[in-house]
Amino acid sequence: MKYYATKISDKGNLAVDDTILVKGVEATAGSRILEGFKPLFSAEAVTRLENKGYTVSGKTNVGEFALDLAGEFSYYGENDATIKGAAAELVKAGEVEAALGVDVNGSTRRAAALSGVNFLKPTYGTVSRYGIISTAASGEQLGVYAADTAKIKEIMEVISGYDEKDGTSLKNKDLDYTNTAAVKGKRVCIVKELLEKADAETAAKVKAYADKLRANGVIVDEVSFDLADVANTAWQILYSAETCNNLSRYDGVKFGYRAAEYKNIDELYVNSRTDGFNFLTKAVILYGSDVLSKKRYDECYGKSLKVRRVVAEKFEELMKQYDAVLTPACSKGEFAPYSVDDAFIKVFEEGIFTAIANLIGTPALVSDGVQLMGWHFAEGTLLSLAGSVERMGE
Amino acid sequence: MNYELVIGLETHVELDTQSKIFCSCGGHSSPKEPNDCVCPACSGMPGMLPVMNKRVVELAVTAGLMLNCEISRYTTFDKKNYYYPDLPCAYQITQLNHPICTNGLVPVKTSQGKRDIRIKQIHMEEDAGKLVHEGKFSFVDFNRTSVPLIEIVTQPDFRSAEEVVAYLSKLKSMFRSGGISECEEGAMRCDINISVRPEGSEEYGVRTEIKNMSSLEAIEKAIRYEAQRHMDALEFETEELVQETRRFDDVSGKTFAMRNKETEADYRYFPDANLMPIIIDDEWLEQIKSAKPVAVDEKADAYREAGISEKEIEMLIGNFKISKLLDDVIALGCNAKDSAAWILTDCAGILRKDGLLLSDLEITPDALSLVIKQVADGKINRGAGKKVLIAVIEDKVDPMEFIKKNALDAKVDEGAINAVIDKVIAANAAAVADYKGGKEKALQAIFGACMKELKGAGDPAVIRTLLIEKLK
Repeated sequence: MKYYATKISDKGNLAVDDTILVKGVEATAGSRILEGFKPLFSAEAVTRLENKGYTVSGKTNVGEFALDLAGEFSYYGENDATIKGAAAELVKAGEVEAALGVDVNGSTRRAAALSGVNFLKPTYGTVSRYGIISTAASGEQLGVYAADTAKIKEIMEVISGYDEKDGTSLKNKDLDYTNTAAVKGKRVCIVKELLEKADAETAAKVKAYADKLRANGVIVDEVSFDLADVANTAWQILYSAETCNNLSRYDGVKFGYRAAEYKNIDELYVNSRTDGFNFLTKAVILYGSDVLSKKRYDECYGKSLKVRRVVAEKFEELMKQYDAVLTPACSKGEFAPYSVDDAFIKVFEEGIFTAIANLIGTPALVSDGVQLMGWHFAEGTLLSLAGSVERMGE
Repeated sequence: MNYELVIGLETHVELDTQSKIFCSCGGHSSPKEPNDCVCPACSGMPGMLPVMNKRVVELAVTAGLMLNCEISRYTTFDKKNYYYPDLPCAYQITQLNHPICTNGLVPVKTSQGKRDIRIKQIHMEEDAGKLVHEGKFSFVDFNRTSVPLIEIVTQPDFRSAEEVVAYLSKLKSMFRSGGISECEEGAMRCDINISVRPEGSEEYGVRTEIKNMSSLEAIEKAIRYEAQRHMDALEFETEELVQETRRFDDVSGKTFAMRNKETEADYRYFPDANLMPIIIDDEWLEQIKSAKPVAVDEKADAYREAGISEKEIEMLIGNFKISKLLDDVIALGCNAKDSAAWILTDCAGILRKDGLLLSDLEITPDALSLVIKQVADGKINRGAGKKVLIAVIEDKVDPMEFIKKNALDAKVDEGAINAVIDKVIAANAAAVADYKGGKEKALQAIFGACMKELKGAGDPAVIRTLLIEKLK
């Protein structure tokens, strides 16, 4: 597979997804529309890591704007026999210590699950979004891939914390990323509705993980959380709408790709965007445009905002009884290549496992092929639970 | 049939802030060359996030207070989507659902009497850039992109062009005196919604909108033309009126329909997730209220009461910087009428000699008040005061040091003055003879010679009295 869209340094120990800016290095988010765009500044997370001595190895290939399953639809990538994420694979191969990615609709978490590495999507507002190629501001979050929870902790401690350049950045929060807190007596629940959406092999994996947690003294129950489905629909609506809006700046006028042929400004827009985006991105833009239209706003976008509030309330209730939720990260252990024309529905369906965390800004950790979710700022709990299982293998 | 004109206004005002609304680029008055004042944020590059400029909120609230609005304690931003090359993100950040001010009231006075214009809302938003067309090319200038605006939306309460002009003039002088906006050419732009109905009718007629009007003169002309066009259509069926957007051509004095879109544009408004809701708590609101300048009308009344002339009041009200200087000097204990004369006559005169305007005046209230007080307390005479003032304005000297250095406050007793007078009379025998022979004018020359000899020291009134005494 073609890991890097742009290689920067052979000595680098940190891979950075192409959805995140590194000063002076072409940043495309896997899309032709941004061909040749070189940013004038680095993402805050990248700057903080470089200041601590980390070196960026290069910009890793991502599916266009990270909207796909796990990185299969990069304009600059190559197709493999199975779907894998470039950053996750580099971490797995030990080529880099860690990698940064943007989780907007679960592609980074699925990539981590498919490669068997960790990915933490932190609580919304705890890591600056300054310098990420934004798609859905209300739920996207910069996160970390690493081979173990200790490395996640190490990176998170550097990149998290208030940044004045991001208006949604949280101030004065105690952020805890410990991966070694005691887990005995902690309570974890498996969401029945999500387990049923996964294939037998994946469901078995979740159950086996639950057994390992039990062996460490964790209490694991199976519960019902019947809002997973509507939470997913709401997030698909919200992120499509926001993506439609955020990608409208890529119009061929200022930077990136411009079509060679056009007779007037409308043709410049249409031809550049027709060539510049892939079919999945176009589907998201069209869907997003539709749900924001005057005719559909109330029943789609407006309703999704209400669903977001209800899901947050219900999830918080659940998290008063449990310390974490255990779910599959995706429906299968392996995905075969497929046509981009089918991608919108495929991604929509897989979103059921990942959308809650994006919708309500809660943390989610993929580890050992499964997903642990918690209430806001529960990263320490999630990392400690995964850490306890990780240490059993040693 | 008699017709009634019904007008509502949407007025955009550029705010006088140091920086743009969501980034640290300089505000509306900074740029010189195209794209001088542009950063990755206001040119729509990915990775940048909007960060709210607090000053914009404060100025918008101040404007709301001046227009008697309710101030929203919870206010949010929305995105308005449309493609245009001067809009780098292809959306404008504005306020739809929770605007910062609502339900205001502005009384306007015209020859027809007084009318209350209701303000529907005031919202904050960012301005767009500018296109420059040259030959077959179009160039984009993003200097104005993200410059902060407030948009003031009235109810359809105007009944004449005169009322519209009175309202806009009032806004201008309020915003100038409030430090909200200098409202110079193009910084205040109006969209005029206009319809005509038979007098007594409750229903509104077909409404047209004249976009992007700036000069008061043109606004008045445009309204008169458009009103007549509507009335002709109703009275003589000259044409069928349609709801549309029109532009006013200053040369022909007529309005023309702009490109007619078949369906109304759908701007796909939705909340901006990058900007957290702004909460205006009691403490902040009080802070803004206490910093708010006194309303123009009240201020003019106060000046009038202090004995300042109408002409001077007019000069002061239109000039925030100068009226503030006067207020500061008064606050330091100077007499209001006296201080107004010092500023509007003496300071203005000194500047004029250098080809400068009153608004170019650079003097601290402390320095000016010292000069005024020294004269008022009889420590130096007025002529000496003027000398000090020139030195302070032109050479930025310390007034007290200057007075000491030039011994302007040297006490001169009558004996010394009489000695000088005697000397001058002896040296100007011809002039003295003229005076004694009935030429009153000759006195001025002798008096001037005395003053020159005394080097500006001494009270001129005393000197003049002693001189006349001697000449008897």
